[in-house]
Amino acid sequence: MIRFLLRRLLLTVPVLLGLTVLVFIIGRMLPGDPVALAAGPNASAAEIADVAREFGLDRPLLTQYGSYLSGLLRGDFGVSIFTRRPVAEDLAAFLPATLELVFAAMFIAVAVGLPMGLATAVWRDRWPDAVSRVAALGAISMPRFFLGLLLQLGFAMWLGWLPLSGRFPITEDPPPWVTGFLTIDSLMAGDLYAFGVACQHLLLPALAMSLSPLATIMRMMRASTLEVLQQDYVLTERALGLSRSLILFKYVSRNAVAATLTVIGLYFGWLLGGTVLVETVFDWPGIGLYATKSVVSQDFMPVIGVTLVIGTIFVVSNLLVDVAQGLVNPRVRVE
Amino acid sequence: MTALLEIQGLHLGMQSFDGEAHVLNGIDLTINRGEIWGVVGETGCGKSLTGLSVSRLVPTPPARYRAGRILFEGQDVLSMPESELRKLRGRRIGMIFQDPTTNLNPSFRIGDQLVDVALAAARHSERTTRVAARDLAARMLDKVGIPNAASRLDDYPHQFSGGMRQRVLIAMALIGQPSLLIADEPTTALDVSVQAQVLALLKGMVAETGMAVMLITHNLGVVAQSCTHVAVMYAGNIVESGRVAQVIRRPAHPYTQALLAAIPTRHVARGALQGLAGSVPDLLAPPPGCRFAPRCAHASAACATLPATVAVEGGHRVACVLAHA
Ligand SMILES: Nc1ncnc2c1ncn2[C@@H]1O[C@H](COP(=O)(O)OP(=O)(O)OP(=O)(O)O)[C@@H](O)[C@H]1O
Ligand code: SF4
Ligand SMILES: [Mg+2]
Repeated sequence: MIRFLLRRLLLTVPVLLGLTVLVFIIGRMLPGDPVALAAGPNASAAEIADVAREFGLDRPLLTQYGSYLSGLLRGDFGVSIFTRRPVAEDLAAFLPATLELVFAAMFIAVAVGLPMGLATAVWRDRWPDAVSRVAALGAISMPRFFLGLLLQLGFAMWLGWLPLSGRFPITEDPPPWVTGFLTIDSLMAGDLYAFGVACQHLLLPALAMSLSPLATIMRMMRASTLEVLQQDYVLTERALGLSRSLILFKYVSRNAVAATLTVIGLYFGWLLGGTVLVETVFDWPGIGLYATKSVVSQDFMPVIGVTLVIGTIFVVSNLLVDVAQGLVNPRVRVE
Repeated sequence: MTALLEIQGLHLGMQSFDGEAHVLNGIDLTINRGEIWGVVGETGCGKSLTGLSVSRLVPTPPARYRAGRILFEGQDVLSMPESELRKLRGRRIGMIFQDPTTNLNPSFRIGDQLVDVALAAARHSERTTRVAARDLAARMLDKVGIPNAASRLDDYPHQFSGGMRQRVLIAMALIGQPSLLIADEPTTALDVSVQAQVLALLKGMVAETGMAVMLITHNLGVVAQSCTHVAVMYAGNIVESGRVAQVIRRPAHPYTQALLAAIPTRHVARGALQGLAGSVPDLLAPPPGCRFAPRCAHASAACATLPATVAVEGGHRVACVLAHA
């Protein structure tokens, strides 16, 4: 298991390195002149050249890449030419909000999708199954930002049950920063009121993001449950008198979940990359919103930084899926 | 005293896109305590469905019970509610299937699986704790000849060889102390060298517990060695049955005679049978009378109606017009 992990970890290094090259080149090939934009609308050619020199942008591309890479090793993601703040600091400030959103969405998707998958498999071809099939198709094909808008319209504007956007009201004091996850920080501070407020803000964007993975996880879980139910060992378990619920919830579900895990892991990365639009719709202060603003102002250091972070988390989450596979499936562990 | 198991006129249909196949066509079989019945016949003749029916494990649909009764200790299994059935399964009736690699759940330690079966079997009698059930599981593993039984409870199925897995499955089938064991080709999937060991183990366990056995097999040699009685099946019928000595020494049905003639290899091949022309009839449209008629050298006009089963001598029963004289 340890060797397997190390090997997989080593494999991620060239992947991430390739990613930096790609992002760096694409970032520089984008149309427009970010330096001129940063120097201001009335800047003279000399002033623009000054800005370029200040950020080292007058050097050859290869040199720039080299110094960026050596900076990365020290945890330095460069500096935004627009705000002149270190990108690493911005990422540290915005990443927890995004992760909190993705985790919440994933939690909803898994907590609802797995049991519903199991249930629709058991009630195969009866009405709950048929209804869920149609609903799943709708959920998978609906764009997340559109769903977000619908949720805002329904729950925030018409019903007024939940806040329209944002992460925490500016009029109130957020809990002291520990993890950057407002829900966890408020609980750690023992502030149940702040926890409630944080959850209220979290609910709609998380729902908007969760629906598509929920539907996919449910369908995958249904398919793998049906497959497991056909296995010989299920017949043996029935033949030896195990109760229906024990067979289903203990023996069948573990095998079916194992088959569904890969999808869950893949969706994690997919959600992370897809936060941009949802964060924009909900004005959620995460790295997606940060990336959007940076792209608009052609500020490429933050864009590169965000891409790298998302890429890294994507790779790591896939690694974690493999580890989890090993935990639920003993056969993977020995190989 | 009622028989342990009494199958009376069991008819089973199997729905498919082409219509309903008459897969079991009036099975009559009585098994008493202590008897070891071999059930033999070509592939597809309905051996497994007969065995599964005893615990009502055949999926309905596609299957449909058209007629007949299955009395286990006098109670009709086919009309029992599911909750009653569960009290039979594992506790009164144990089952072992063919392929030990697919019949153990790969994701759970074997101790877990054994304990759950033991607890399910005990739930209806005395209350048992998990700890006590684990003790019992270790003792059972030891009994079926698994070295270091107690420490192997925490192993997963893939850590056992095929023969060892079948031993685990035997332990699982017997942990509830059933009075009937249904073993569906328990050695077919094993290496030849291991087959004899597993069979010897089964015989030993049967001798020790005195339970009755329904041993489904392709191998008449196994029947001759291990069974007290034998039922020969052909295309959904039991064509001949009785004590092993009676049936094997004086086979009365042409099909049994053909089976025995094919024995020199000691191993009746699955599918086609040597020395017997033709193939098993299409069960969607079986021949109207004796289903063996198309392949039978003695077939006559009298065989166009289904021959009744008659006793030729104490307990030796044959379904063939030749025996009617
Ligand atoms: N689930 C099922 N659906 C449709 N047909 C089935 C099903 N199970 C069994 N059958 C059919 O019923 C007939 C009898 O099957 P059964 O499994 O009892 O045969 P068998 O004597 O055990 O054969 P084998 O020696 O190959 O195990 C076969 O023709 C088979 O095709
Ligand atoms: S009843 Fe007729 S066809 Fe059938 S086995 Fe006997 S002789 Fe052959
Ligand atoms: Mg069979």
